[in-house]
Amino acid sequence: MSTFPRAAELGLISCHVCKLVCADALDGDDPSNEMACPRCGSALHRRKPSSYVRAWALLIAAFLLYIPANVLPIMRTASLNDIDDNTIISGVVELWVKGSPDLAVIVFTASIVVPMLKFLSLGTLLVSCQRGSDWARPQRAKLYRLIEFIGYWSMLDVFVVSLLTALVRFNLLSRVEPLPGVIFFGLTVVLTMLASMSFDPRLIWDGRDSDD
Amino acid sequence: MTDDSQIEQGGRHGGELPRPVVKHRRFNASLIWLVPALAALVGLSLVVNSWLQAGPTITISFQSAEGLEAGKTPVKYKNVVIGRVNKIHLSADHSHVLVKVGLEKSAESFATLGARYWVVRPRIGLGGVSGIDTLLSGAFIGVDVGDSNAPADEFKGLETPPAVNHGAPGRSFMLHSDDLGSLDIGSPVYYRRIQVGRVVSYQLDSDGKGVSLQIFVDGPNDKFVTTATRFWNASGIDVSVGASGLKVNTQSLASVLAGGLAFQDPAGPHDSTPAPEGTEYTLFGDQASAMAPPDGEPHYIRLRFEQSVRGLAVDAPVEFLGINIGKVVSIKLDYDEKTQRFPVVVGAVVYPQRLGNAYDKLEALAKARGENPDLSQLMGRLVEHGLRAQARSGNLLTGQLYVELDFVPHALPVAFDPNAKPLIIPTVAGSFDKLQEQLAEIVDKVDKIPFESIGKNLDQTLAGLNATLKQVNGQTLPEFKTTLQGVQKTMGSASDALSSDSPLQQNLGSTLQELQRMARSLRVFTDYLDGHPEALIRGRRPDAKPTPDTTTPAATEPQPGSKP
Repeated sequence: MSTFPRAAELGLISCHVCKLVCADALDGDDPSNEMACPRCGSALHRRKPSSYVRAWALLIAAFLLYIPANVLPIMRTASLNDIDDNTIISGVVELWVKGSPDLAVIVFTASIVVPMLKFLSLGTLLVSCQRGSDWARPQRAKLYRLIEFIGYWSMLDVFVVSLLTALVRFNLLSRVEPLPGVIFFGLTVVLTMLASMSFDPRLIWDGRDSDD
Repeated sequence: MTDDSQIEQGGRHGGELPRPVVKHRRFNASLIWLVPALAALVGLSLVVNSWLQAGPTITISFQSAEGLEAGKTPVKYKNVVIGRVNKIHLSADHSHVLVKVGLEKSAESFATLGARYWVVRPRIGLGGVSGIDTLLSGAFIGVDVGDSNAPADEFKGLETPPAVNHGAPGRSFMLHSDDLGSLDIGSPVYYRRIQVGRVVSYQLDSDGKGVSLQIFVDGPNDKFVTTATRFWNASGIDVSVGASGLKVNTQSLASVLAGGLAFQDPAGPHDSTPAPEGTEYTLFGDQASAMAPPDGEPHYIRLRFEQSVRGLAVDAPVEFLGINIGKVVSIKLDYDEKTQRFPVVVGAVVYPQRLGNAYDKLEALAKARGENPDLSQLMGRLVEHGLRAQARSGNLLTGQLYVELDFVPHALPVAFDPNAKPLIIPTVAGSFDKLQEQLAEIVDKVDKIPFESIGKNLDQTLAGLNATLKQVNGQTLPEFKTTLQGVQKTMGSASDALSSDSPLQQNLGSTLQELQRMARSLRVFTDYLDGHPEALIRGRRPDAKPTPDTTTPAATEPQPGSKP
């Protein structure tokens, strides 16, 4: 589909770090050999190494951790007369019920929609790329950029909890404590970001190779 | 530096690109799969952990879910959270609520038969305040373990906290009473006015004729409850107006408001071994009746009064020689066709045991005589000896009557049927009625006095007296007057004769002077005679010449000591 030539076809390879373009010294895909940049010494790859495997592994790990992140309570609000443990969903529901639907929407988006979107989009990208599909390549590239952009916004929840924990410390009157859920949630966000980082967007355009 | 120059050279020359350094890769294994494996491990461990941590889930039914909140309300034992309410829903017939509680793994022993659950809410009663902390923290479910180890998952929640925790030192006892009075669960039990226990529960007896109370006496004071101990209701202020007057009795101010009961051993020798758990006692209405010796079997007797029993009330005492042996239980009016009168039939319950030794001795005596030692037989003998019932005035102010069994002297013999049920004790009129009768007799006698003839005689006598007085006035008094005048005259002349200037007085004075002179010459004579007794025979000698006084020259001589 694409008419642009690839670096590999031209026998070129660029350094990830110093962006030096040099000649592709390796002929085949011999995994036992490794190229290093002659200028900065960092490893040279035609594509990010084992991009699929890494992305998949990190994505699966993130998804596994996303389950306890949602099931376990993330925050304890202790005030004078009661102790309230909230999971992400119950927090959203409570915000909605107690008359802050705008906040509820923001938290819901940041904590539920964005991670789910990331899982779905990254999964879609990985699957489609591995199959070498040439379906909607520019859109998929846009999707990848979107994932990169929104990735860290999911940390909102973690920030809310850590900020509240630090700020709301009126011992007896009210107190906010982080609960294990927030750790899992934070790990989920970090792992999804790593997954999207280890995914090489150039693979989107590599369909032809697989077709061959 | 050389690299850079090479690259620049390569760039400049075109086509000649820098060659990357080719290294041999050291390892090939994709360690990245460790990350999801680790994540899976963590997730699995969480699942396993929660599965291991999950204790039994039990269902508790309550009358109301007031203060309970699903997912929040904790279950606490000794203020340690051992579980949490998971879900609250109504029962199928909407009569109560079912609370599903997830207990912790460590709290499995609380899901056993006999465990008790209740909702701890703030309670403010007359006896005190409890659960005040739940005002802030919200209600929680309290739990107390039971004896059994048999697992159970359905419980009936208590509406009030149990008064005694499982395993608390002490003993519980059962009390039986006619009514509850002002007692309630938690009412204090006093021993010598110190609170040593409380009422745990109460319920109506199955026949509805009494109330059974369960009390718990805390250790170590439970040893003071002996087999001989008497319990009485110390609730409130016991004010009674009876034939014996006004009586006010209280235990403590708290028990005045909240009710309570007290116990004590009876005075005198008694069995003082501590009572075993669950011993049953009678709860008396007041201390006096509790401390009284046991009443024994009650006997019903019937009294038939021919006169008014105004002032006699149900519960009035029945006394025998001043000792309370029972009480009146009924007062009914009857009609006697033969005499056409309205006798009053009074029913009473007597406790012969209250007679104490007297009863025992009478019984023994009857046995010795080979008679039936039954109350009716004994009563028959006593009636033969003049025992009668009387309605007597117990209190002049209130006019209340009591029934007195007493030996009436010269009582008319009456027919007594010892086999009658109930026993009918013959009666005599009460003391007040007797007084009335005697008064009537007196009036009768007074009536019989012949006041008319007495009056006539008195009239005649008075007329005679009148005539006599007239005579005295007319004749005797004038004569008496003249006599008195004569006396007055005599007295006047006597007075004249005795006055100081009368001739009689003067004569008397000169006579006395003569007498004095005579006495002096007599003394001179006797003095002379004393010195010269011979003069009686020889006569008086002529007087000797006076001798010169020896003291005079000594007085004129100058004293040697006074010489200058």
